[in-house]
Amino acid sequence: MWSFFHKLGSPPWLFGIAGSILRWLLPITLVALAVGLVWGLLFTHPDFRQGNSYRIIYIHVPAAVVALAGYYVMAIAGAVSLIWKMKMADVAMKACAPIGAALTFIALVTGSIWGKPTWGTWWVWDARITSMLILLFLYLGVVALYEAYDNKEAASKACAVLSLVGTVNIPIIYKSVDWWYSLHQPASIKFTGESTIDASMLYPLLLMIVAFYGLFTCCMLLNMRAELVEREARTNWVRKLAGAGARR
Amino acid sequence: MSRQRRAPGTGSFCLTLLRRQLILAARRPIEIGNPLLFFAMVVALFPLGLGPAPDKLADFAPGILWIIALLSSLLTSDTVFRSDFEDGSLEQLLLAPQPLYMSVLAYIAAHWLITGLLLALVSPLFALMIKLPEQAIGVLVGGLLLGTAVLSLVGGIGAALTVGLKRGGMLISLLILPFYMPVLIFGSAAVQNAIAGYPAAPYLAILGAMLCLAIALAPLAIAAGLRISVDA
Repeated sequence: MWSFFHKLGSPPWLFGIAGSILRWLLPITLVALAVGLVWGLLFTHPDFRQGNSYRIIYIHVPAAVVALAGYYVMAIAGAVSLIWKMKMADVAMKACAPIGAALTFIALVTGSIWGKPTWGTWWVWDARITSMLILLFLYLGVVALYEAYDNKEAASKACAVLSLVGTVNIPIIYKSVDWWYSLHQPASIKFTGESTIDASMLYPLLLMIVAFYGLFTCCMLLNMRAELVEREARTNWVRKLAGAGARR
Repeated sequence: MSRQRRAPGTGSFCLTLLRRQLILAARRPIEIGNPLLFFAMVVALFPLGLGPAPDKLADFAPGILWIIALLSSLLTSDTVFRSDFEDGSLEQLLLAPQPLYMSVLAYIAAHWLITGLLLALVSPLFALMIKLPEQAIGVLVGGLLLGTAVLSLVGGIGAALTVGLKRGGMLISLLILPFYMPVLIFGSAAVQNAIAGYPAAPYLAILGAMLCLAIALAPLAIAAGLRISVDA
């Protein structure tokens, strides 16, 4: 049990284990993405009201779900690195931020493309949309803070503090915007209305959500490997690795 | 051991810190006046940009006043720890036996007394200038008193994380503006409710709850941020 934790602190071990996870996770993810996309975009019924435009749900919802989950992965990794001083948790936290920002951006863009034909507008200051926008700012804040520090160890600690503060903020913002607009705007536009989704549409959606989780994990592991090699560029194992790669 | 016994207790240490910060500020009155001047000038921008029609200004007044309060708190929070970081007294503070949590609270309290409190006290003047209906002025002042304290505490987190960076100025706004948004939402909602004749107390109560949360948690983040910045 404990030796596992000790191994977690070792960059070459983590580099290797990330590589062997990627070897089977990456193909599975790509297959799931391909199957989910083809299933969702080509083989489901058009929606009764929205016709074919609803099909963007197969990108929009998975991106939004994983973007939110990714923030908590980042914050938990940050907490682990602050509390137990695990450097490898730093690496994981740093790897999450750009992926999360990209997914949040995808969710916002697809949402606004979806909004145009269904709501007749690109943008509404609805609770969910606003909180996703703020989530994007939080991710970008972490990225910007990391880049601003020259000392990367301090940068990771500072980002860990910032992402932990953000976990307090996300629920507050979500609820506050909700209450704020309950004054002005009747709840006419809701992402999660009473329209229960049909099973034939739900299964490809669930598959896409799983595939996006896989995609997030793959990107995170790839990012972590790159970061590990960069941080440990002067050590023997990286030199050996680079030598092996060059010989091949 | 005897030296440790002579070290001042936490309470008197924090009071001394607070007094020191206030005296430093009082020696440079223009630093105290700048945020107020900023407030006045930005207030003057809005009638020029939106047109001087009183009813239109009155509609926007709660939001305008709150946004200016946010911005002036943002601009001043960058400087909370900077001079002490540069002359090294911050390092001494981190080494001091007194808990950093409390001394950080003293710094933030001084910042709030110099910016937030004064801003809240002069806000009725600016509120009248941009035609905020009179029945809402009490709520505005109360909301600003609570809200600017939250802003000072949250701004302190950004200041602590960026104090060691040479180019922290723009970064701090990116870091802490998302955290200012809940305060803006509830602060301006309180004033809008007061204008419309609805009770504003629930919104003020939520601002007070946020203040409690911020007092409890923000000093932890600020202390962690200062340790990181000094070590870096």
